[in-house]
Amino acid sequence: MTERHLHPDALLVRDLSVSFDGFKAVSGVDVSFAPGELHFLIGPNGAGKTTLVDALTGLVKGTGSASYGGKELLGLRSHKIVRAGVGRTFQTATVFDQLTVLQNLDIAAGLHRPAWRLAFARHGVPAAVDEALEKIGLSDLRHKPAGVLAHGQKQWLEIGMLLVQDARVMFLDETVAGMSADERAETGELLRRIGRERTIVVIEHDMDFVRNHADVVTVMHAGKVLAEGSVAEIQANEAVQEVYLGRTAKGNVHA
Amino acid sequence: MTTKLKSFLPLLGIAALAIALLVVAPAVLSDLRLNNLAKYCCWAMVAVGIGLAWGRGGMLVMGQGVFFALGAYAMGMHMQLESVGDGGIPTFMILYDPLAPLPAFWEPFRSGAFTIAMIVVAPVVVASILGFAIFKRRVKGAYFAILTQALAVALATLISGTIKYTGGDTGLSGFTSFFGYTLDDPLNRRLIFTITATLLVGCLVVAWQLYRSRFGELLVATRDAEERVRFLGYDPANIKLVAFVVAAVMASIGGAMFVPIVGIMAPKSMDAAASIFFIAGVALGGRAALFGPVLGALAVGYGQSTLSEQWPGTWIYVLGLLFIVVTIALPGGIASLATRGAGLLARLRSSDRKAASA
Repeated sequence: MTERHLHPDALLVRDLSVSFDGFKAVSGVDVSFAPGELHFLIGPNGAGKTTLVDALTGLVKGTGSASYGGKELLGLRSHKIVRAGVGRTFQTATVFDQLTVLQNLDIAAGLHRPAWRLAFARHGVPAAVDEALEKIGLSDLRHKPAGVLAHGQKQWLEIGMLLVQDARVMFLDETVAGMSADERAETGELLRRIGRERTIVVIEHDMDFVRNHADVVTVMHAGKVLAEGSVAEIQANEAVQEVYLGRTAKGNVHA
Repeated sequence: MTTKLKSFLPLLGIAALAIALLVVAPAVLSDLRLNNLAKYCCWAMVAVGIGLAWGRGGMLVMGQGVFFALGAYAMGMHMQLESVGDGGIPTFMILYDPLAPLPAFWEPFRSGAFTIAMIVVAPVVVASILGFAIFKRRVKGAYFAILTQALAVALATLISGTIKYTGGDTGLSGFTSFFGYTLDDPLNRRLIFTITATLLVGCLVVAWQLYRSRFGELLVATRDAEERVRFLGYDPANIKLVAFVVAAVMASIGGAMFVPIVGIMAPKSMDAAASIFFIAGVALGGRAALFGPVLGALAVGYGQSTLSEQWPGTWIYVLGLLFIVVTIALPGGIASLATRGAGLLARLRSSDRKAASA
């Protein structure tokens, strides 16, 4: 699917650069993310993956352009980008520990409600919240404070929050890091299910997970896009092999 | 019990407090004690606001004296003008310049309606401007606390330095009537107590509704992970601003009622030390609990009066000691004793069960 950028709902990143005090963490990145495929961002540590996502979600300043749904995302503040339909998770799951699972999901649904409704208590469970609870498999834990959830469950809760937010584009930062093999498999299934009509971009280090679930892989290195393609194409790419094999043990890319 | 019913339980607590204040207290307390209780109720209103801003919102508001002063001086100016009658000017002004006209900003406070409106509008305007500037710039934590404290110091200094307009350190006093009711009459003073206690109950109901509302959940979320809230599509600055403004209005109303009850309003009732005193009750009672700040403020107020009656000068040490002990041993305040007790009981029970099954 090289015509990704032609998709009407694609997020188009053009010539995006981010620099910190003269150091270019991301430089001249062109990449397109389209709905319906699981798009993975991989690359060695310090390649600029998280910085790229930070720039697209308003956490750091970037130059260039990133347009989604006719809107320029660069320059918007984080909460406006979220309201434009672009959401994200973080490397360390940040759910609201003091609130229950249900409350976490409910406040995430808040951006679709008029502000004055904030003055009132919740009555019943909104349909979107119920649906998300079902999808992320936390229905039985809905009244538990999010702080007591296991690491994997917190990551699922974050994905659930993006679902009720109805984020059309989701950036997931190392979601399966620290998960057990079973949890990884379940997460993969979950992403497949919700990714059909959404744009899902996953930053990942776990190559098995990438191999099992990626439709498209974009490899970053030293702030630039090194290669893009299917898993097979990436594995056969010499530049990628050099970057990975030159630094880490053999077998990280070749299974 | 269903969760829905459970969320109404605190209303029973508020009702109990209302009965204690409005029925029991007037029946058993002497006029003097009742007037003291009215004063504690004023501090308790400030405390409910601090509970909202600090306990739920994580903003350590160390300068609530600023908003306390807004309400108090609005009320003080009105009562001063009411006491001197139509066209008169306050006696302290005559002392400085017998021929000086009433300052222009005093004039509208002849009107009772204007005064009542300002008691609410002034803190809303001031807190909105301050809050907007502070929260949009993402000032938080210790910097926020110091900033608010500095504002209280600055305002106290300003009032002290503008004797001709505000009465300076001596303050406003010599009031004789409150919206047409003479302050000499004990019955009228009981009426003022009733109004104050009712306002306090009102503040608690507002806090209860805010805590159970979605806003309350969002406020706690903002307290615990402000940056994360941005990724829910909210600007945390706006959420904090609302809590800050509501807290300011409560402090202002408390300040306004303080004036007819105590009969004097001077900078020392709103300066840095007074602002910290507001905080102390909240911390002792439990800042995040609904009833923590009220009970804490009432207790600290009572403690101050009774202890300083018997051993003048020792109270401040007792308060300091209490503050240290509670902060170290009970960070959730006295209100957390209940949940702690319940937790301990549950643990004892489960260890009993384990012992039985072993």
